[in-house]
Amino acid sequence: MSKTTTDPTPPAGDEDLGAAASQLSTAPEDTLNVPSLGVIGWARWFWRQLTSMRVALLLLLLLSLGAIPGSLIPQSGTDETKVAQFRKDNPTLGDVYDKLGLFHVYSSVWFSAIYILLFVSLIGCIIPRTWQFVGQLRGRPPGAPKRLNRLPAYTTWRTEAEPEQVRTAALALLKKRRFRAHLTGDAVAAEKGYLREVGNLAFHIALIVMLIAFAWGQLFKMEGNKLIVEGGGFSNTLTQYDDFKSGSLFNQDDLDPFSFHLNDFQGTYEKSGPNRGTARTFQADISYSVGAYGKARKTIVKVNEPLEIGDSKVYLTAHGYAPVITVRDGKGEVVYRDAVPLLPLDSNITSSGVVKVMDGYRDAKGERQQLGFEAFFLPTYTPGNEVSSTFPALGNPVLNLAGYYGDLGVDAGVPQSVYQLDKSHLKAFKDSKGEQQRKNLRPGQTMTLPNGAGSITYESTKEWANFQVTRQPGSGWALAGAVAAIFGLAGSLFIQRRRVWVRAVRGDDGVTVVEMAGLGRSESAKVPEELGALADTLYDQAPGAPDPDEDSTETPNPQVVPAERPGK
Amino acid sequence: MTLAAATDLAAATNEHLANLSNTLIYSAMAVYTLAFFAYITEWIFGSRSKIGRTAAALTAGSAERKAPAVTVKKGGSTAVLERPQVVVRAAAGQRDVPDGPGAHGGDEQGDLYGRIAVSLTVLAFLIELAGVIARAASVERAPWGNMYEFNITFSTVAVGVYLSLLALKKNVRWMGLFLITSVLLDLGIAVTVLYTASDQLVPALHSYWLYIHVSTAILCGAVFYVGAVSTILYLFKDSYESKLAGGGKPGKFATSFLERLPASSSLDKFSYRVNAAVFPLWTFTIIAGAIWAGDAWGRYWGWDPKETWAFITWVAYACYLHARATAGWKGRKAAYLALLAFGCWLFNYYGVNIFVSGKHSYAGV
Ligand code: HEM
Repeated sequence: MSKTTTDPTPPAGDEDLGAAASQLSTAPEDTLNVPSLGVIGWARWFWRQLTSMRVALLLLLLLSLGAIPGSLIPQSGTDETKVAQFRKDNPTLGDVYDKLGLFHVYSSVWFSAIYILLFVSLIGCIIPRTWQFVGQLRGRPPGAPKRLNRLPAYTTWRTEAEPEQVRTAALALLKKRRFRAHLTGDAVAAEKGYLREVGNLAFHIALIVMLIAFAWGQLFKMEGNKLIVEGGGFSNTLTQYDDFKSGSLFNQDDLDPFSFHLNDFQGTYEKSGPNRGTARTFQADISYSVGAYGKARKTIVKVNEPLEIGDSKVYLTAHGYAPVITVRDGKGEVVYRDAVPLLPLDSNITSSGVVKVMDGYRDAKGERQQLGFEAFFLPTYTPGNEVSSTFPALGNPVLNLAGYYGDLGVDAGVPQSVYQLDKSHLKAFKDSKGEQQRKNLRPGQTMTLPNGAGSITYESTKEWANFQVTRQPGSGWALAGAVAAIFGLAGSLFIQRRRVWVRAVRGDDGVTVVEMAGLGRSESAKVPEELGALADTLYDQAPGAPDPDEDSTETPNPQVVPAERPGK
Repeated sequence: MTLAAATDLAAATNEHLANLSNTLIYSAMAVYTLAFFAYITEWIFGSRSKIGRTAAALTAGSAERKAPAVTVKKGGSTAVLERPQVVVRAAAGQRDVPDGPGAHGGDEQGDLYGRIAVSLTVLAFLIELAGVIARAASVERAPWGNMYEFNITFSTVAVGVYLSLLALKKNVRWMGLFLITSVLLDLGIAVTVLYTASDQLVPALHSYWLYIHVSTAILCGAVFYVGAVSTILYLFKDSYESKLAGGGKPGKFATSFLERLPASSSLDKFSYRVNAAVFPLWTFTIIAGAIWAGDAWGRYWGWDPKETWAFITWVAYACYLHARATAGWKGRKAAYLALLAFGCWLFNYYGVNIFVSGKHSYAGV
């Protein structure tokens, strides 16, 4: 396909559309030339291939294929426990998956390779296309092909007006319709719809902006979780988090200085119907202050409505119950009093956890001991259903406790879960029958430990809420890129780029012959319609002349559409 | 009236509305079934007429067709001057084939049944729409909180898209039979397998982004669906035309059936326009979803299965649009990509909800 576009006399035949149609888009041409030998030749060939439409297409296909396994195989980024389960169930397959990075597809080497290649290809595509487009803007629409009647939309008539007169009128008309138009030889050449190309380039550039913003966010992001019991508080420093993840370039100093306090948590649930127990609202009443000495302000955080402080967002992500427990030693001295957060096991918030009394406790003989209790909690206990709660709200709370004494193993230096007991150095409290002592308590009730070991009391129930604090830098850029992408795309897909030529020459019999033709990038019904409207207007300025006696008529073409009158 | 009594009354009203909705959906199914038979009758009557425009265009006088087309004029008429007429011709390398006349094939009785079918479709659409609205009123929220609701809303919107195109005088009546068949299937699955008694949403689904994200997702799906139907028919018609152009003789049924459809190039163009027109909206849908996820879960993009498949669908449609601009990929190959992309959309809806668990779970499947 030739790149020179102003050749007014292209060769006849179907190729004569070539010059006229060329550069109607700035899409790269596909070349399959075998490279001339030499490193540079091959490098250039490789670059051409990489930035060709065909390879871009294949890379896009690969990208969509490559994204599939990540949706079917558990991913360590989203659900670590599922991955562990999968590894346990399929050890050999798990190893293979590990080698292929299939447990973290979206950060695996091969997935990154696909999208990096795609984006290199994209950049290699955008830059030359931009230059080419700038060139087109500075140049002029290509001249009329010799045989206009070969074009997808065509019309002609004979007029008594002078050819120059017709051309001048056509030029004025096209300019008025906001075509870029000029006179070359015996014809007017015009083009419109450059915004399509602008939109297309904007869209592809916006994709790059989005990718960079996304990558930036990954490098500098942070995400931390903090469980807070009603009445408790938090200030935004690294040590206060229960768990914390951050991008590789995140710096501790980037944490926004703020603190907050959980006053109250409220959850409401469907009371009846088939979805009984389904959560209706979750909300946390908090007081927060910004900076070291900021004024405390009250607000409510809901599931879909995070609190924004600086660049950080505070989300409410989970909740549960925290029974307030008091432990006394044999003398009746209080050695422990705290709200103990328990982890929900099911949607009715059947919960479990442990109480650890680390120090301050002495047994009946006055010896230092540590105590541990396994706690099992049902917010709504229905007799007959001993193992699970029947409703998520606090209807009829029951706390089941079983105690141990000895060494909790917390001083061994090995990190321990606060929700589990290491029983290797613990002995169970036994009841009179020699079985493990276990008791259901209601709020206010006490379980007395055997042999004067003291007692444990379930005082009342508080609720806890888990807050996730995140910072995602670059999300503003990603959003801007996304908006630009949508508008660019709309421009690229809805705007037609098209050309119109008007030729007026004196025929052999001295009467002027006007020919008009239109060409769009994709054959749209709009091109002939527009041409018809233009022809109709021009016809009024250069009215028809009578036909010569004989006319070489063709069989009627079934696809003739009548020219539209403008404004009707 | 006590508060408890008021809630009871409200619950009773809602129950009443939910029952009304179910009745309306069943009635819509009945009317769609009548429409289905009317479309079938149209096709059957249409087979009586013998049309062979495609065959004529592709076999006879091809040399003549290649000659430059000239504006039609009446020889010797000097009194009345006609205004110029625009001659349209296919671009180089494309078959110049006229569109078929539609399912009725020019047969008058067939056309009558076709019109009846369209009227019945309008009626069924209105009933179904009322059913969807009653459902929404009974749950006091948007009607897409579970798969049953999604299905009834989806088919309503798909029929709405079809009727809108008809109202815009687009040549789409040929699609009626295929569309209504699948709408009946969709509703059948909805009322038997997917039915869930009406209820409200879990808190994570409470957000105005939900309205934006899901409503555009449904609309995009409906339009993609219309595009896919046209793409499949394009593939059939295209092989029919190639066979004729290559001198082959297609079977009688294929001839009768395919002659009545628009030309393959028209079908291809139609599906391109339809797909291209909603692609920006689909892009918007994904972005709206990301914003919602940012509010609900604290991250904009987490490669949740539903998000991943929305992305895959998006990339697949981008592939299709690229293919249309890539030498060697236009035509059938691009059409296969379009179908693949629609397959991704379908999988994202049914497959991911049923086979893969993620954060986008709906109550009661
Ligand atoms: C990140 C991956 C990409 C995506 C998601 C993407 C998406 C799209 C979409 C949706 C269109 C449709 C607009 C239209 O039909 O006019 C398009 C057009 C186009 N793309 Fe891409 N693209 C990507 C990468 C590339 C690359 C690497 C190239 C360079 C070879 C490229 C070159 C083009 C060209 C030339 C067009 C215009 C085709 C035309 O004129 O119709 N794209 N792209």
